[in-house]
This record gives sequence, C-alpha cells and structure tokens, in this order.
Amino acid sequence: MAVGSLKRRGRSIVDAGFRDLSFAFAAFIVFLILLYIIEIGYHSLPSIRAYGLSYVIGSEWNPPREIFEVLPEILGTLASSIIALVIGVPISLGVAVFLAEISPRGPRVVIGPVVELLAAVPSIVFGFWALLVLVPQVIRPVEHALSASLGFIPLFHGAASGYDLFSAGVILAIMIIPYVAAVSRDAMQAVPRSQLEAAYALGGTKSEVIQMSVFGYARSGIIAGIFLGFGRAIGETMAVTLVIGNSLEFKASLFAPAQTLASLIANDYSETIGVVQVSAIIEAGLVLLALSLLSNLGARLILRRFVKRGAQLL
Amino acid sequence: MSSEAERLAAGKDGVAVSQEPDTTSVAKTKTLVEVQGLNAWYGPQQILSGVSMQFSSNRVTAIIGPSGCGKSTLVRCINRLHELVPNAKLTGSILLDGADIYGPQVDPVDVRRRIGMVFQKPNPFPNMSIRDNVVAGLKLAGVRDKKKLDEVAKSALQKAFLWDEVKDKLSNSGASISGGQQQRLCIARALAVEPEVLLMDEPCSALDPTATAKIEDLVITLKRNYTVIIVTHNMQQASRVADYTAFMYLGKLIEYDETASMFETPKEALTERYITGKFG
Amino acid sequence: MNARRKLVDRFWIAFTLVALVLALAPLASIIYYVTVKGLAALNISFFTHNFSQVGTEGGIANALQGTFLVVLLASAIGVPTGVLSGVYVAEYGSKRYGEIVRFLADVLVGIPSIVTGILIYSTLVLSLPAPFRGYTAFAGGVALGFMEIPIVSNTTSEALRTVPNSLREASAALGVRKWRATLVIMANALSGVTTGILLATARIAGETAPLLLTALGSTRGFQGWFQAMETMTLFIFQNATSGTPFLVEQAWGASFILLITVLGINIIVRIVTRRRTTFV
Repeated sequence: MAVGSLKRRGRSIVDAGFRDLSFAFAAFIVFLILLYIIEIGYHSLPSIRAYGLSYVIGSEWNPPREIFEVLPEILGTLASSIIALVIGVPISLGVAVFLAEISPRGPRVVIGPVVELLAAVPSIVFGFWALLVLVPQVIRPVEHALSASLGFIPLFHGAASGYDLFSAGVILAIMIIPYVAAVSRDAMQAVPRSQLEAAYALGGTKSEVIQMSVFGYARSGIIAGIFLGFGRAIGETMAVTLVIGNSLEFKASLFAPAQTLASLIANDYSETIGVVQVSAIIEAGLVLLALSLLSNLGARLILRRFVKRGAQLL
Repeated sequence: MSSEAERLAAGKDGVAVSQEPDTTSVAKTKTLVEVQGLNAWYGPQQILSGVSMQFSSNRVTAIIGPSGCGKSTLVRCINRLHELVPNAKLTGSILLDGADIYGPQVDPVDVRRRIGMVFQKPNPFPNMSIRDNVVAGLKLAGVRDKKKLDEVAKSALQKAFLWDEVKDKLSNSGASISGGQQQRLCIARALAVEPEVLLMDEPCSALDPTATAKIEDLVITLKRNYTVIIVTHNMQQASRVADYTAFMYLGKLIEYDETASMFETPKEALTERYITGKFG
Repeated sequence: MNARRKLVDRFWIAFTLVALVLALAPLASIIYYVTVKGLAALNISFFTHNFSQVGTEGGIANALQGTFLVVLLASAIGVPTGVLSGVYVAEYGSKRYGEIVRFLADVLVGIPSIVTGILIYSTLVLSLPAPFRGYTAFAGGVALGFMEIPIVSNTTSEALRTVPNSLREASAALGVRKWRATLVIMANALSGVTTGILLATARIAGETAPLLLTALGSTRGFQGWFQAMETMTLFIFQNATSGTPFLVEQAWGASFILLITVLGINIIVRIVTRRRTTFV
C-alpha cells in the first residue's frame, strides 16, 4: 500500500459525501417542521386578516354568510379528547398493570402484542365500525338508559341519538388505549425488582405493592403515555367525523352532537370557495397544529419536572 | 382501625429484657423460628436440600457460606418472598412460634409483616420522603393518625441510629442520603411495623467500612427487642455480631453452633476449611 | 391482614381483568364484523369495477390501484429520506444535533394527519401552476410521504442504535472508512430497518384524512399523476356515509381487504422479529 493512499484527515470523498447526504436528509426534518408552520401560517393570513381574534373566540361557522369562528370546534376537540382520557386512561392503566405485574408469562407473550395490534387498525375502519356497530348496539342503549335515569343533570341533556360528543369520546378512548397502555407498561416493567421486594417485605398485598412501588416509580412514564394519548386524540379525524354528529354548536352536554377542528375540516374543505373562505379552513388546520404542538411541548415540560432520578422514556 | 393497626399504634409488647449491656444480654430465649426439612427450587434447579434448623428469639444468628450455598434463598423462604419468583418451588415447613407459616390458611402478607427484611442493596422508595419511607409499612396496615406515624417514625429512626442525621430533613427524598444512611433507613422502615423477626440479607456488602461498622453496632442492639437472622459472607462480621452461626454449603446446613465455638473448634471438616479460607 | 384489605386487593386485580376485556373487545368486534360483512361483499365485480355511487355496479378496482400508486410515491419520498435521516441521527450527528432532529421527528410524528393534508393542500393543491394544480394523486403521495419521513427516520435510528457499539469501535480500529462501516452496521440492523419501513407503509396505507384534501377520490381509474384518484380508505369513507345498503356493504368489503392487509403486515412483522413496541 503506497503512502500516497493516506487520505487527508482520514476522510475520503465518499465518506464526506455519505455524511453530507444524510445530513441533508436529516436537515429535511428541520425544514419540514418549519414548512408546516410557515406554509400553513402563510395561507391562513387572508383569514387571520379578515377575522382576527374573533376566529377563535366566536362561535358561528357560517360559510354562506362568510362568518368563520371555531370556538365550538376547539371546545369539541378538547372535550372529546378529555373524555377519551377519562375513559381510556383507567382502562389502559389496568391493561398495563395486568401485563406488567399480574399476567403469567405465557399469556403475556400473546396478549401484549394483541393489545398493540389495536393501534394498527386504520382509523377509517374504526370509524366505520363505530358508526354501524358500536354506536347503535352499545352506546345508544347506554345513552338512553343514562338519559332516562339521570337526564336532569345538564351533562346528560340532549338527543341521545348516539352521534354525539360522548361517542366521539368513547371511540377516541378505544383508539388511544394501545398507546397509553404500551408506554405505561414499559414504564412499569422498568421498576427495579428491589423496589417491589421492599414493598412486599413490608407486608403489602399485590395491589398495594403496585400502588406504592410501581405507580410511584413509573409515574413519569405513565404521564408521558397519557400525553401521547391526548395528542393522538386531538388529531384524530375519520373516526370522530363519523360519530360526532357534526353540529356547529357546542353544548356542554355529552349527548349533544358536536364538532372538532379535524371533523370540521373533513366536512367542509370542499364546500368553501374564494380565497378568504379557503383560508379560513386552512386556519382551522393552523389552530389544530398549534394545539398539537402545545400538547407536545407541555408534555415535555411536565416530564422534565417529574424526571428526578433518570426515569427513561421518550 | 383494624385490630392489627391498633396493635401497631399502641406499641409492641415485647419480651421482657434485662437492662444489661447488649453483648451479655441474658433475655429469656426460646425457639422462635424453626425450619423443618426445607427444600427449595428455582425452576428445575434445587437450591436448598433438607435444611432444618432453629433460630432463638432475641438473639442474632448468622448464616455464612460461600456464594451459591443457598443462604439468601433460605431467608427468602422464611419471609415467603421466595414464592414470588415465577417457577419457584418449596417443600417442607417453617414454624413461627409453633405455627407453620406455609400452612393452608396462612396469609403470606401477614407473615411478611411479622418477619421483616433488609436487603443487600439499600432500596428506599425514591419517590417518598424519608419519613414516609419509614412509615410506609404502617400506612399499608391502615394506620392513618399523623401524630402516631410521626412518633413511630422518630422511634424507628432512633432505633436504627439514623434519627440525629436526618431529623432536619425528614421530607427529603429517601434516595437523597448516602448508601449507609439509606440502609439504616431501610432498617428503620422494617422496624417500624414491629416485626418479631428481622432478616438481613448481606446488609453491609454494598457499604463502606464506616457504614458497615455503624450497622453492626446497630444489629447488636436490636436483639433486645427482635430476633435477628443475618446472612453474611464476612466471617469476621459473624463473629462480631452473632450469638449463633450456621454454616451452609451447596444447599445443605453443614454446622450450627454458638459463634465462638464454631470459629474456635468447628466440628465439620468442611466448616474448618471454609473458616480457614481454603475456599470461599 | 384484615378482610377489607383482601377484598380491596381482589377488587383491583379483577379491575385489571375487566380493563383487559374492555380493551380487547373492540378489536374482536371489529375483526368479526369486518370479516363477516366484508366477505359477503366480495365477488368478481367487486374487484373489477371502479368506485361508483350509482346503481349496484361499484367496486374497488380503482381504489386498489390508487392505494398502491399513492403508497408507492409516498414510499419513494419517505423511505430514502427517512432512512438516511435516521442514519444521520444514529451514526453521524453530533449528539446535540442528532437529539434535535430526533426531537423534531417525534414532534412531526405527533402532528395530526389532517394537518399534513392541509399543508399539502395549501402548498400543492392550491398553489402549483396550472397543469399540476388541484386534487391530484401526486399531492396524495406527497402528503403520505411527508407523514412517512419522520416515522421511518425514528424507526431507522432506533434500529441502528440497537447495534452494539463494539462493531463501530472495531471498524474504526481496523481503519475501515466510516461509510463502509455504516453500511455494515445497517446490514446488521437490516431487519429492524426493514420492519420499520413495512410498518410505516402499513400505517400510511390506512390513512384517509390527508387524502381527502389531496387525492380527493374519483370514480375513474388512474388518469395520470395530476388527476384526482380514489384509494381504499377514501372508498370506505365515501360509501360508509352514503346510506345505501349496497354501498355500505361495499364499504365493509373494502374494510375487509384493507384490514387483513394492514393487520397481516403487522402480525407477520411481529412474528418474524421479536420487535417490542411496534408503534410507528
């Protein structure tokens, strides 16, 4: 091997090329984020200029009269997602505890993956099934029962047709379960055995030990999972669109139809004509993007506060 | 409050003890724990074979032996921790005050409250304060009265020789103190539920000599009110703290005697070889 | 231990079982209904006719075509970009920059798919010059491609990270060029990288929302990249809300085909590799 084959600084052109190429593609990711914010922001400008703050504060979405206000949809997005958490998180944690602490090894190897398979189902199939099976067969009877017995509570007012906020919350709950459960389960399985033994040795029952050691230690991971589920819920479009009733008015009742930012876009995108109207739809996307980014940011900030002694995850 | 909680809240009615210095304690003693024909497995591997021995109340008994001789497994059988491992099996019986802890009606949770354990590596609960760590066992048993909990916390920390060092930082995390202090915290935590027996599984092996010395002094004082069984790989430690010593090898009990006798005049050849360092 | 604690313990354990049933029931129900109702819709004309809302002649021919083509374009964009980006993050990035890219990729993955649709809608559908403007298959492919990039980037960097460092160190010590070494590392992580790509593909094949705003849907077969196009997901959506029994049945049929494809890929990937969490 001739001395002349020693490259300068030990780098070859191919090396530099490879590195620069992958750098470029990685930079594309940075570019992509900026693209989202800038492009969507830019195309929202006509609407922002025309409607300003009333866009997010007002409650009337009326294309023929050129009134575009999305507060009901913002509320619908938040409400349906919170309902999803209220219903979905306890179930997810129950599943996670089962898989991490209670299930014998054999069943766990099968059940775990099956739970995660739920996440692979396309959202349109979820929505379609919810529309024709879940709502008529399960949710509507429940709503009728609740409406009949507890209908005097404002939360249970409304038509109880099944195509309402409650159904949206339920289908979202089902869809976020695999995410919250998987992340929580990972966090729980990371609890050192010594912690569990310490709690057992003090004379704790299984559930007491789980409460004391597992939940305590895995707290930040579980919270991360919950935020992941929340982020997923606010962005879901198809399943929600099919069952939420698509009403342009937000009523503070589970059994009244509603609308989310995502379902609004899905319903109305082709109806709008004219630059400002199209821009109004895009601005809805901007608001949704903002919510999603805020949720993500909020998750990381809260996690940073909780991470005391090197809890892993995300 | 449950009767158990009441009992804990009222304080233990211990065995009568004399006021003499610890090392010559002549408190009355009887057989408190008796292991009979114990065999234990992890899966197909047998760890203990036909172990039978007795532990005297208000005494410190050390269990020594080379790595893998089963001493840790033995103590984990005594507080029914062994069965929590998947594929763990066990035959034989262990009597606590005459009653088999593996009896059909016996609740393992109850056994573990009466037989406490301190582990090799200190394991305080990091997401709880020092004070909450100490009273964790009490809270499990249902004691809610804050005053009572604080009292017990103080007394347990005093018994564990830790009170002076942490009394101003009781609300700090249990993991915020040094390794030796954490171990004493774990001892306090175990003592707070007033067990009858305290099992210690190589409690000093992760600690430096100063911390070790503190804990050894502590162990000697404990036998006033508790029965201590300490697993150790350190023979000097056994001779410093233990009244009785048991030597195990490959899952069997080889010899059991008063500590002084065993170290000066071991009866078994195997014991003699281990003590003189020919293997270990 | 008192009876109350025992009861509470049994309750919570039962609760986890109930939770498990509640979590699995929807999956079982979906698979059941989609299979039973979907199979009923399958016949020759289902596969040979195009989407049509008129009469009883529709089928998924153009939808199948559309899904295939759109996913193809998306992969052409998403796979190389994602893989190379993931390679950079795992192998080349200064720790800081790599972390930033990973963080941003995570953020991108969390962006709602309809927002991606809005992005491509405003950037391509509305703004491209004349022959390329409007609802097009091209826009649909780009939208799904943009979704795929961060997913594949993350799965790739994760897969590469599982390759032990000893391999990198050995390569460096042998004086192997970094790019060659990286190829070797990638070969080692090939199954992880491939499964990541497969799962990402399955994921985007099941997307609907971004396509509403880009490909729009069509009753005709493929007319060129710059015309609107039908896909399986759009087909299901359009027929689901139609109210006509025949069309609804068609939606079940399409759901069946889509579901077995997507779930099939997921299940096969899981069985062939020991991949832990398969979220993309």
